[in-house]
Amino acid sequence: MANTVQTKAAVRPVDTQQPRATVARRQKSPYPFWFMIPAGVIYTVLFLVPAAVAFYFSLTRWTLFDQEFIGLDNYVQFFEEPALVSGLTHTLIFAVVTCGLKVVIGMALAVLLTSQIIGRAFLRSVAFFPVLVSTIGVGIAFTVLMNPTRGAINGALGVVGVQGPGWLTDPQWALLSVAFVDVWRGVGLATVIYMAGILSIPQEYFEAAKVDGAGSGQSFWHIVLPLAKPATVTVLILSLIGGLRSFDLIWAMTKGGPGFTSDVIASVIYKQYQAGFYGLSTAGNVILFLLVTGIVVPLFWWFNRKGVEA
Amino acid sequence: MRLGTSRSGVLAAAVLTAGSIALSACSAGSLGSSEQSTPGKTQITFLTNNDPNNVKTANAMIKAFQTDNADITVKLDTRPGGGEGDNLVKTRLSTGDMADVFEYNSGSLFQAISPEKNLTPVSDAAWAGDLDDTFKKVVTAGDNLYGAPWGPATGGGVLYNTKVYTKLGLKVPTTWDEFMANNAKIKAAGVTPVAQTFGDTWTSQIFVLADYHNVDEADPSFAENYTANKAKYATTPAAKAGFQHLEDVHKAGYLNKEFAAAKFEDGLRAVATGTAAHYPMITFAVPAMYGVTPKNVNDVGFFALPGTDAAKAGVTIWEPSGIYIPKTTTDAKLEAAKKFQAFVASPKACEVQAKVAPIGGPFPIKSCTLPANVATAVKDLTGYVEKGAITLALEFLSPIKGPALEQITVEVGSGIRSADAGAKLYDKDVEKQAQQLGLEGW
Amino acid sequence: MTSRRPNYLLSAIALALFSVIFLLPFAFILFTAAMNQEEAATFRFSWPDNWQLIQNVKDVFRTRDYILVVAFINSTILTVASVAVMVILAAMVAFVLQRRKSRWNVPINILMLAGLIIPPAVVPTIWVMQELGIFKTMHGLILVEIAFGLSFCVLLFQAFISTIPRQLDEAAIVDGAGPLGLFFRIIFPLLRPVIVTVVVVQTVFVWNDFTNPLYFLPGDENATVQLTLFNFQSQYNTSYNLLFADILLITIPPLLLFLFFQRQIVSGLTAGSVKG
Repeated sequence: MANTVQTKAAVRPVDTQQPRATVARRQKSPYPFWFMIPAGVIYTVLFLVPAAVAFYFSLTRWTLFDQEFIGLDNYVQFFEEPALVSGLTHTLIFAVVTCGLKVVIGMALAVLLTSQIIGRAFLRSVAFFPVLVSTIGVGIAFTVLMNPTRGAINGALGVVGVQGPGWLTDPQWALLSVAFVDVWRGVGLATVIYMAGILSIPQEYFEAAKVDGAGSGQSFWHIVLPLAKPATVTVLILSLIGGLRSFDLIWAMTKGGPGFTSDVIASVIYKQYQAGFYGLSTAGNVILFLLVTGIVVPLFWWFNRKGVEA
Repeated sequence: MRLGTSRSGVLAAAVLTAGSIALSACSAGSLGSSEQSTPGKTQITFLTNNDPNNVKTANAMIKAFQTDNADITVKLDTRPGGGEGDNLVKTRLSTGDMADVFEYNSGSLFQAISPEKNLTPVSDAAWAGDLDDTFKKVVTAGDNLYGAPWGPATGGGVLYNTKVYTKLGLKVPTTWDEFMANNAKIKAAGVTPVAQTFGDTWTSQIFVLADYHNVDEADPSFAENYTANKAKYATTPAAKAGFQHLEDVHKAGYLNKEFAAAKFEDGLRAVATGTAAHYPMITFAVPAMYGVTPKNVNDVGFFALPGTDAAKAGVTIWEPSGIYIPKTTTDAKLEAAKKFQAFVASPKACEVQAKVAPIGGPFPIKSCTLPANVATAVKDLTGYVEKGAITLALEFLSPIKGPALEQITVEVGSGIRSADAGAKLYDKDVEKQAQQLGLEGW
Repeated sequence: MTSRRPNYLLSAIALALFSVIFLLPFAFILFTAAMNQEEAATFRFSWPDNWQLIQNVKDVFRTRDYILVVAFINSTILTVASVAVMVILAAMVAFVLQRRKSRWNVPINILMLAGLIIPPAVVPTIWVMQELGIFKTMHGLILVEIAFGLSFCVLLFQAFISTIPRQLDEAAIVDGAGPLGLFFRIIFPLLRPVIVTVVVVQTVFVWNDFTNPLYFLPGDENATVQLTLFNFQSQYNTSYNLLFADILLITIPPLLLFLFFQRQIVSGLTAGSVKG
């Protein structure tokens, strides 16, 4: 039972319970494939097919009105993009910072918010509020709050006697400032996923641990942490993919600036798209896809393998 | 078994789809005055950008037009501006779904929507003869004319505070050296010499873009050679000067303290109230200035970006966007759309525009006159126009404008990158665009 | 989780920190939304000199001939329909994908992951929709939102279905439940905490989406709430007070939805104990 709970069966190579039931299931599975058909049809027609068509256009010079097949020229050009190397570095920094903070803070908040504290329901709501505001709204509000001379953040720091930096205008800070805002906005979601994970841990475990005389610290290390692993993997994968692809908040707050100092790969691609370089930006998307896949899939695989060993 | 499963799958899909259709049948569209087809009336849709001031003007135009044409109703549709707007217009044109008549940039952006393929030519319209020749050029593709002007032409240069100038006894500069000498005196008097507003990145480009008149005076073949990959910003001294100027004013410490985060409105407020003496800008800012500091509008004058030769001083001109009809508009709607286009190109439309909002420059329609009470800056601009000391901005003469210019000018203007490196980087940016456009010689 | 008595010190620290970090920015938005235009343009974080929230809200509603009302209705229809369908379909996929092993699992998982990584291709999607005759229709847009949201939902559901013991399925099958009965009566209710999460997240996502409606269902009569923000913000002139009032207004529906589900999450605390 413990094994079923903590491993993600989806990628488990051999299901130990399978062989015995196979004979019965071959007749009529309680898990029929047709369950996937409605979603599959919608997804294939409106997402996969257009994406495949778009892939073809990454091999063309495409103005939306005319197209000309140019082979891999767009890919070559994408790699010659002056902002590519810095954009790649920024992408990795942004993804690691946001993903790391979301995993750690999200877990901490989830434990806090599932423990016996006063005003728990209120705090749960409050932590989730930022998730509800649109990116454009968050972007506008924080751009104003982070204004170097008139913004409230530096105003408050000034009261304490600290001269705050130009959060969004100082090349040293711009990327990190946006990353912090991204964590502010997204940590509520990570917390809720963790809470759902913690709440689905059967209560008996905690009771059993208590009978055995375990303290809350021990329960955390030996019960919450291992049993909330599907939640951790989900949070990690989602926020890593989100971080690697993220540009909407960056776009709303700095547009990649000042200059190119907060440009990430996705914003470079978006700018190419906005400039009407449709083929080039599609090629960029293919490259970004390979990059994200190259990072996320091994991670995904590694996590699930570790699950088998445990 | 096979049959059974697929049948129930289809069934489930059908049930779900039916459900969502039932829900969506009560779309809010029916709330508005949208698709009521009153017999004998033709309804056309007009698509324009969603800038609040522009929407006000568009509504006034529609109202005036409908008064004259009782059998036509025009429904206003809006789209975002900037790059998102470019994409939307291109997407709707390429999927055959454009509004019956729409507003979009003239010049190189107009060329990029394949006018000959997508738009209805209107060369033989009666109003075509009334258009200013320079404007005609920027809405013409091949041999045909496609657009009527939406708004006035405007000029790029420097907005300056006349009170500061009077108080310090300064003269309007005609060379860059005079301009910098003025700045030194202004700074000594405790006033910010130059306002920059990199919080709105597009405003950082003016020193480069509005300098084009001077580039053209120094090298009249620049636009042609530049398009043909024979002239570069980094290797043409007159063209590089714009980047150099950006660097110089920053290095000399002439900028406002919060230039990195300041917004367009802050710049307007600063120059209008005299906390800054200069603000490099295009005169389409004049209507916005009425919104920000209505009382101080006439304290703001305008002069062209100074170059090296006082005798050749002149203004870089931006033509307004145009009103076009896509080929997908036909029959009665086409007739109605043409009437609307003709109205927009008429003196009456100029009057309507002048009534709704202050005007930022002269109309490119010969029979239109500017109202007598236009802002000081616009009067200064018309001075140059009447002398003929004008040149179209490069984006109207060449299809190439690198998309990263505003980031590069922010960097050069705030000391992150040198003028030299900035010009070189921009040349690379331009190269990418030329290749994407498939131009010859790149 | 384990100690029965509330920790007062921890509670106090948590309350204070949460208020500063998560609530102050909202207070700022609220105050600015209640200012007049000049005061709002100063970016001051203070009580407005003259509290005119009601006036500003009225102005926001009146702008562009009450376009906000139309936008609210459109966004509601779009969000409710697409999220409801998306959640059910995704849960069904995740259920089969998680429970039934076959050689298709890996490719299907990769295709799902691709949905999270690849940005949608706008123009080809329009071509497909034109072929199907669903371009510029509300149900077409709903189907698009479903397609774009499925991956995220399937991924989340899969992770949590794996925590539901298989013994439950087997017990239900022994009791004679068919696939539909097993799924809708046993599994689906157990997924409640995740469903709540997915519903809230996707609702926020669809509600706040403005690019897809812009391209797939253009026209001002089809405006969605995010688009109304442009009425107050432009390249040339921004009315911060009205802009922030609009941000407040359009955040209210997801906020209400969340507060409603918030209780569900709490009640899920007791219901969530799965007996193996």
